[in-house]
Amino acid sequence: CENGIAVDLLYGRKFSNHSTLLSVHNMDSKSPNIILILSGKGGVGKSTTAVQLALTFRKIGKKVGLLDVDFCGPSIPRMLGLEGKSVFQSPRGWVPIYADAEQTLAVMSIGFLLKNRDDPVIWRGPKKTAMIKLFLEDVYWDNLDYLIIDTPPGTSDEHISVMENIRSLPVLGAVLVTTPQAVAVGDVRREVTFCRKTGIRILGIIENMSGFVCPTCAECTNIFSKGGGEALAIHAKVPFLGCIPIDPQLTQALESGVSFIDSFEGSNVTETFKNIAAQITSS
Amino acid sequence: MNSSTVLQRLPTLKYVLVRYASAAQNQDLKKRQEAMMARSLPKQVSIPGVNHIILVSSGKGGVGKSTVSANLAVALGIELGERKVGLLDADVFGPSIPTMMNLEGSPDIVEGNKMVPLVNYGLKVMSMGFLVPGSGPVVWRGLMVMQAIQDLTKNVKWGPLDILVVDTPPGTGDTHLSLAQTLPLSGALVVTTSQKVALNAARKGAQMLEKVKVPIIGVVNNMSTFICSKCDTPSNIFGTNEGAQMLAKDFGVKVLSNIPLDPRIGELSDTGQPVVLAHPESKQFLPSTVCHSKDTEDA
Repeated sequence: CENGIAVDLLYGRKFSNHSTLLSVHNMDSKSPNIILILSGKGGVGKSTTAVQLALTFRKIGKKVGLLDVDFCGPSIPRMLGLEGKSVFQSPRGWVPIYADAEQTLAVMSIGFLLKNRDDPVIWRGPKKTAMIKLFLEDVYWDNLDYLIIDTPPGTSDEHISVMENIRSLPVLGAVLVTTPQAVAVGDVRREVTFCRKTGIRILGIIENMSGFVCPTCAECTNIFSKGGGEALAIHAKVPFLGCIPIDPQLTQALESGVSFIDSFEGSNVTETFKNIAAQITSS
Repeated sequence: MNSSTVLQRLPTLKYVLVRYASAAQNQDLKKRQEAMMARSLPKQVSIPGVNHIILVSSGKGGVGKSTVSANLAVALGIELGERKVGLLDADVFGPSIPTMMNLEGSPDIVEGNKMVPLVNYGLKVMSMGFLVPGSGPVVWRGLMVMQAIQDLTKNVKWGPLDILVVDTPPGTGDTHLSLAQTLPLSGALVVTTSQKVALNAARKGAQMLEKVKVPIIGVVNNMSTFICSKCDTPSNIFGTNEGAQMLAKDFGVKVLSNIPLDPRIGELSDTGQPVVLAHPESKQFLPSTVCHSKDTEDA
């Protein structure tokens, strides 16, 4: 094993000469449906957003894939309560982990391939590039309506590799996540430029951790400032998809791997994600 | 009795001797392999004039590495003296230090093609942010990152420094490997928040530090408790402090500080004013005393 990852998965045979991702979109309509979640800044809520969007799409009856290409900090398995699951191979490719019995939410992450979940993945670029290619080409995604790709912070090997590998695929666009502060917005501004240079459409900007409402007195405090994401969207002339407040119940749901969207249907955070999903699907 | 006679008469001894011989050969082989690998790895070379290099790292993004780095460096600078402390922003993709230190502009180049660090709040500062204009992204594969780290460490006229504080990007990749392989690091702080996803990633970061033999000085638990300004109710928005305590214990270190979640920290960072200058009482939340005692220990 290398880094506790099954070697045959990394260097194993390819299952087909063309990408199984051709099965991702509806073969009849061929409508674009790959959504990238980008930021540039770390810790703004990319994985949280990716998971909530995936759960929202599932709730409205769509078949969703969720690909986590953050090798250093793969958060997705934990957020969906899928830690400890193993990946198996089938004649059609590596089988993703399904978050439900109906197999409407398929997930793939390096987290499922680590022998010990605390093992760090200390890889230089070429290995990361190879793994991303494997995730996109050798995983049997089986006829999805949407594939959401969660990325790590920055604009490095992972991002370049993802862009290269999805170039010929039906990409809907990128959702950029930021918190309101200037240091976050500064990084996301660079990500906007990255999207423009690589020709990826920006579906919009989400301002996360935008305000905290005290559970005792309902006073709203802008812990991480306010409005930076919206201002960037206006400046960059891209859609502003919405503000998501800091919600300890959302944090708790993610910690325990429970679906917030399904458990807190009436919450305004759930409403906001429904709204964001609607804006994405109509764009 | 010659040795072959002994071997014939004592099959178990032969087995033991053969095994011993092959084990000894394996040991030799292992040592030779390690020596070959060591030859191909970059050598750790110290930066002339810099006494100690402290990494501020995490594994997780957005936990406050840059905030802790900037304020720690400023606090150390107050203790140790003007221009005795340096601050290196090794996050080439998302350099936050220029904003936090209210610095911008290109560094001067002096003889030997070395860049002169910019100075503010008594610190010598270097960042990729000074080399790349405003909204331009740095879209680089790992090799370029390695070269950039070389430039930011070895091609800078740091001059005599007691301590160089290095802010790192999230992850466990090229930047950390390059720093650990090319510089003799005195130690590292692991910054985390209370969320399990942050602790998981911070744990990986700490494991990586152990693998590359960088001593872990301690854990900093950031964004720990928020106190409502209206009703004074405390909220542990991201979780309790237990997780950080367990992380510290697992690596044989302590939680050096539980930094509260205070909106003033973000506001001041955004406007380029270190919190420890605007609110000197906040120094209590920094592990500067520990760093300083480590410094005097090694001196």
